[in-house]
Amino acid sequence: MSRASRMVPIALFASLAAIPILREAGLPIGGFLPLIAGRIIIFAIAAMSLDFILGVGGLASFGHAAPLAIGAYAVAILDAAGIHDATIVIPAAMLAAGIFALVTGAIALRTSGINFLMITLAFAQMVYFAAGSLADYGGDDGYSLDARIMWAGWKLSGRGGLYAVSLVCLFAAWLLFRTLTASRFGRLLSAARQNRVRVQSMGVDVFAVQLTSMVIAAMVCAVAGVLLANEAEFVSPAYAAWGRSGSLMVMVLLGGAGSLHGAILGAALVVLFEEGLGRVTPHWPLIFGPLLVLSVLFLRRGIAGIGRGDG
Amino acid sequence: MTLFIVQALNGIQLGMLLFLIAAGLTLVFGVMKFVNLAHGVQYMIGAYLGVTFAGWAGGFWAGLLLASVVAGAFGLALDVVIYRHLYRRSELDQVLATFGIIITLNEVTRLLWGSNPLDMKMPELLSGSFQLVEGLRYPIYRIAVMAAGLAVAGGLAVVVNRTRVGMLIRAGASNGAMVEGLGVDIGRLFRIVFGMGAMLAGFAGVLAAPLVSVEPGMGDNLLILAFVVIVIGGVGSIRGAFVAACLVGLVDTLGRSLITDLSHAALSATTSARVGPAVASMLIYLVMALILAIRPTGLFPARA
Repeated sequence: MSRASRMVPIALFASLAAIPILREAGLPIGGFLPLIAGRIIIFAIAAMSLDFILGVGGLASFGHAAPLAIGAYAVAILDAAGIHDATIVIPAAMLAAGIFALVTGAIALRTSGINFLMITLAFAQMVYFAAGSLADYGGDDGYSLDARIMWAGWKLSGRGGLYAVSLVCLFAAWLLFRTLTASRFGRLLSAARQNRVRVQSMGVDVFAVQLTSMVIAAMVCAVAGVLLANEAEFVSPAYAAWGRSGSLMVMVLLGGAGSLHGAILGAALVVLFEEGLGRVTPHWPLIFGPLLVLSVLFLRRGIAGIGRGDG
Repeated sequence: MTLFIVQALNGIQLGMLLFLIAAGLTLVFGVMKFVNLAHGVQYMIGAYLGVTFAGWAGGFWAGLLLASVVAGAFGLALDVVIYRHLYRRSELDQVLATFGIIITLNEVTRLLWGSNPLDMKMPELLSGSFQLVEGLRYPIYRIAVMAAGLAVAGGLAVVVNRTRVGMLIRAGASNGAMVEGLGVDIGRLFRIVFGMGAMLAGFAGVLAAPLVSVEPGMGDNLLILAFVVIVIGGVGSIRGAFVAACLVGLVDTLGRSLITDLSHAALSATTSARVGPAVASMLIYLVMALILAIRPTGLFPARA
């Protein structure tokens, strides 16, 4: 690992941590930057979990918005039942997304290539339409939360509280996926991407490795869903829309697939464009769209690959 | 029963539109290994150009002809300028780049034509309806769309199965490198296939324009359906695309009416009004997951 790729994640986490501190210190950065940064952190968790299966494992899921929405809907459903305890909500969300990934992953892994892209998309579309049919939770209109989740009686009411929790979750996700990638499991996952037959002939159950990685990724993504629901205090089927899956994929690829911290860069870029530039001009896609095309044509390893000499 | 016939006809009509879009998509993927998410944009451009040209040139027919040709030419231009460089790249790079093209062109469309839906008038000749059976009238225009879809399917079948270009397309879909090795100008073949696919999608857009609201992003949902079609049918297979398009059209349309009726009987009116459409929308994805679970390469894979 080069020096730069060790320094970049540290710099990223440091700058994300600095934003609310600078604000408390009275710097004129306004309320907008922490808001944007908070959403960057949450989407970075989701994108990083996708990067683990897509970048490391080569499993190109076009339906990663599904576990995000499942996490968010777990919040909504428990909220309606009057349950706001984080020690119940978060495990419930992770369990639901994990079971979803176990069942759909087992079917999806029978296919490969473009069919894998499309079958994962199909499962996400099912979640999208299922969410729209939840009449008790607002149906297509979505559901506004009564209250945010709490932990040991500590309410995540202020923006600062949720920001800190999100950042801790992002850091934990990064440590988890880094450790996993470096472990025997991660090496098998990565090797299966490069040469499946060879890994199989060594006696490894590639299917089990890939399915496990999909379940882990979905469970982490569900945490992002819980945070997203709490940040917006609102849940709607749009969380599972295919455009959301596409945008998570854009974050991963733009940031640099397989690098993990690239997901943070990708999430930052996408959120800055969508919500930052989106406030300046409604025509932001005219800048963002061509940028995507140019980045594919000229930046083969994403932003995280810049300066590594292999462009 | 009459409702069932009408819904079945509507389903086939939707299937024909899907086929027109999916035919190009499946050939482009089959022959060039190129995942073109921006294929749905081609459909949108066809619809917008159809409305505009029909206004300028006075009439639906001129609009249909001009818009199909210009949409095809536009697709070809995109291919030459951008897509050509992506053929040898990974599927993910292709997805990312063409996703970028979608959001750019949706926004360009919004800038040029505005966000409000546009109307397209049906041609005089095909407006109105006729008596199908006693007590059941069906719009002529929808029959005409079906006929157009069938004609294109027949034409494609002849081209793909009986002509030299068609032979090269089939050979390219089963082994592109071998075709190139035998001295065929594969670049030219690619451009023919791409231009044809883009034109068909544009043609579908003009045909659909009088039936749907012409608005930015109208191609996005149809693109997803077209992908469902080509994946169910087996990527690269025209026959598969045709069968799957009819299947998806029928399942979607019939599912909507049947499930709404069923849930009406089982649930209260307000609940079924919400649950019914959602479950019906899910149906084609259920069918797709089921088919892929049993046959991971689709019904008629081009590659044995």
